[in-house]
Amino acid sequence: MLNYILRRLLTAIPTLLVLVIICFLMMHAAPGGPFTSERPLPPEVLANIEAKYGLNKPLYAQLWDYLVGVVTRFDFGPSFIYKDRSVNDIIAQGFPVTLTYGTISFVVATIVGVAMGVFAALRHNTWVDYLAVGATFSAQALPNFVMAPILVIIFTWQLGWLPGGGWNGGQWQYVVMPVIALSTSYMASIARIQRTAMLEVLHSNFVRTARAKGLPNSTIIWRHAMKPALMPVVSYLGPSFVAMITGSVVIDLYFSTGGVGLHYVNAALNRDYAVMLGVTILYGALTIIFNLIADIVYAWLDPKIRY
Amino acid sequence: MTGMTRTLMAALMVSTIAGGMATAATHPTTGEELAADQTFTNWTLDNPSSFDPQVVEDSDGAAMVRNMFEGLMNQDADGNLVPGVATGYTVNDDKNVYTFTLRPEAVWSNGDPVVAGDFVYAWQRAVDPELASPYAWFMELMSIENASAIIAGEKPITDLGVKAIDDHTLEVTLSASLPYFATMTTHSTTFPAPKKVIEEFGAEWTKPENIVVNGAFILEDFTPGERIVQVRNPSYWDNEHTILDKIETLVVTDQNQALTRYLAGEFDRIELPAGTYPKMKAERPDEAVSVPWLCNYYYTFNVSDSGPEAFKDVRVRQALSLAVDRKVITENVMQGGQPEAYSFTPAAVAGFEPPKSAMADMTQAERDAKAKELLAEAGYDASNPLSFDMIYNTSENHKKVAVVLSQMWKQKLGVEANLANMEWKTFLDTRGRQDFALARGAWCGDYNEASTFLDLLTTPSGYNDGKYSNTEYDELIQSAKTAENAPELYTEAEAILAEEMPVIPIYHYAGVMMIDTDLKGWPYQNVERNWYGKNLYKVAE
Repeated sequence: MLNYILRRLLTAIPTLLVLVIICFLMMHAAPGGPFTSERPLPPEVLANIEAKYGLNKPLYAQLWDYLVGVVTRFDFGPSFIYKDRSVNDIIAQGFPVTLTYGTISFVVATIVGVAMGVFAALRHNTWVDYLAVGATFSAQALPNFVMAPILVIIFTWQLGWLPGGGWNGGQWQYVVMPVIALSTSYMASIARIQRTAMLEVLHSNFVRTARAKGLPNSTIIWRHAMKPALMPVVSYLGPSFVAMITGSVVIDLYFSTGGVGLHYVNAALNRDYAVMLGVTILYGALTIIFNLIADIVYAWLDPKIRY
Repeated sequence: MTGMTRTLMAALMVSTIAGGMATAATHPTTGEELAADQTFTNWTLDNPSSFDPQVVEDSDGAAMVRNMFEGLMNQDADGNLVPGVATGYTVNDDKNVYTFTLRPEAVWSNGDPVVAGDFVYAWQRAVDPELASPYAWFMELMSIENASAIIAGEKPITDLGVKAIDDHTLEVTLSASLPYFATMTTHSTTFPAPKKVIEEFGAEWTKPENIVVNGAFILEDFTPGERIVQVRNPSYWDNEHTILDKIETLVVTDQNQALTRYLAGEFDRIELPAGTYPKMKAERPDEAVSVPWLCNYYYTFNVSDSGPEAFKDVRVRQALSLAVDRKVITENVMQGGQPEAYSFTPAAVAGFEPPKSAMADMTQAERDAKAKELLAEAGYDASNPLSFDMIYNTSENHKKVAVVLSQMWKQKLGVEANLANMEWKTFLDTRGRQDFALARGAWCGDYNEASTFLDLLTTPSGYNDGKYSNTEYDELIQSAKTAENAPELYTEAEAILAEEMPVIPIYHYAGVMMIDTDLKGWPYQNVERNWYGKNLYKVAE
């Protein structure tokens, strides 16, 4: 097991490197640059700026300088657009915010989603089941970029209960709406996966055997059915956790949380190369780590899987 | 009555009584009753690019810098020049040496006096290749002696034409006569910089814990993507006349979301998203405002060698411009009170008188008839239809305008315009390489004078993407720089543009905002949109 984890972590290094190189080349292949604007800079001004950021060097030298900076000094470079900030600053400020509401959303989505799925499966083909299925379908059909403005219209404008955006150091009033908007569709997916998996397990042979043995219903569900029924959910949770703590562009956009998600999109549009690369490395590393964690949990849940 | 409600009622009564008893402060000149909480909550679309006066390049960021740093001159609510750190200036007859007298009472927030040397340092910094300011070109625009050579690395920064005669006298030498030079000192690039602090902290000097300012407000907090908090600077020389205590600027990237939050009372001022102005004007007439802006919106013909042959024919350019019903675009598409444009320079520019163009006086029917006639003369008709590509950068608004334009041309003239939208940077790159036939353009003035627009269409201009070139026009603009009758020359130059039509002016921008009725002092008449927090105040509701 330990060997397996080490191996996976070691392969992560070339994976990240390839990711950085591809991302770097794609960014530079896109037309325009960080200093292209409606008002083109005079050539000598542009030359000074490019010299300052090393953009006048050949591409491979820029890539090399960047990699050396990251590996030796853990320095992800400066932002070309927000000139008072380095990429390290931007991530250090934005990531904790995203991590906070992402983790809360993840916990909420998992607990509520799993509970709803299990409950619906146990009450299969009753009104409880129909209600749960109906709710999950509507929740999935309502994307967060529709939900976010609606939440603000209701809770901020009409009711005046919650602030319409901001973060304020993460006070709970500021966290509620981002969490609702972010967790809903994940919650719905989890509930649907959980319900299907649970139904399948409940109809399997070993559960029938357990019932024939006369085991109490709660033992059957919690001791025997639950673990295998969680498997599909777990494989879904790994990537979705990463998506929740990083891919929250919409949340950052609508709720002005100051999270790191918005930088991802803005950096690409602004050709803010270093920010783009920094955020990509962060996402890549997180994806690798959480896929690994999902695989480890998988092994624990399924005795048939051994690494 | 529950216990909870009772407590609430009691609290409410106490606060009402207390509020009523305290002698409310009043505004010293207008006598209006002032609100107890003097916090102005403003909106911005994105993070400021910097708080460093010599580095900042976005307009909202420049507004924040303007509240924290004070330059030689300021503007009043109408955009007129008023003293800032300088109490006044004198200029020689050739209009190329300006001498500013600085007020002795001005100090930095760390207690150091603001001296002429701080301006010398700041201006040298602006052109320093080592700082590589994106606004270094502003020093060239100001024609400060040796600015270009220093930027190009050919001369040391100490050769810049600015020197401190003594602590309170600053002398600026220009490479050309510039009658409007003093108006340019309201620009953030020219604001002083605290040498000691910058040398101590380097690029970190603008962080809230390090920053030292000489303006009415100082940075208290900056959380990127969330908020910028500026509070009153008690060491500002005119602090006793400042009424606002705090300016809180919230970053909201989605404008519709900002509007909802404004309606919920979270903002004192926002800019309205496109298309919402008529509705807001009807619902909240006292709050929705539309003010002219120093920006134009146009389409530029590519008249360079890479452009289509058709556009080299002035009749074609005229026809396409005539057929544009600008009223439809401003009233039905933009809906924000934008003025229709028949000249490149907005009429709101100080001292500018648009020429009497035949086109502006015609009815749209007459224009359409004339357009058909001209296009037929140029040899385009149903059997030989004119067809070209037009590009614009991706945006809901630009798309609407482009679609309307192409429909107008199609219906009236049988012209086939193929639309192509491009992501912003790609668009700029394509347009800059003259890889287009007709392209969207927009320009905002750097200072309140017609040359900031008209320079763009001169032959050497780096922003002249259509590569229009007319010697007579170039000469007019050049001579206007030193002429006493500059406004007349600008009008003449515009008349050439109306005749030659290298660009199709569509409309001039208007700023559409919601401003809460309890926020007073907003400079609606300042077309450069330069507002000073020290002139704002909130009245009791």
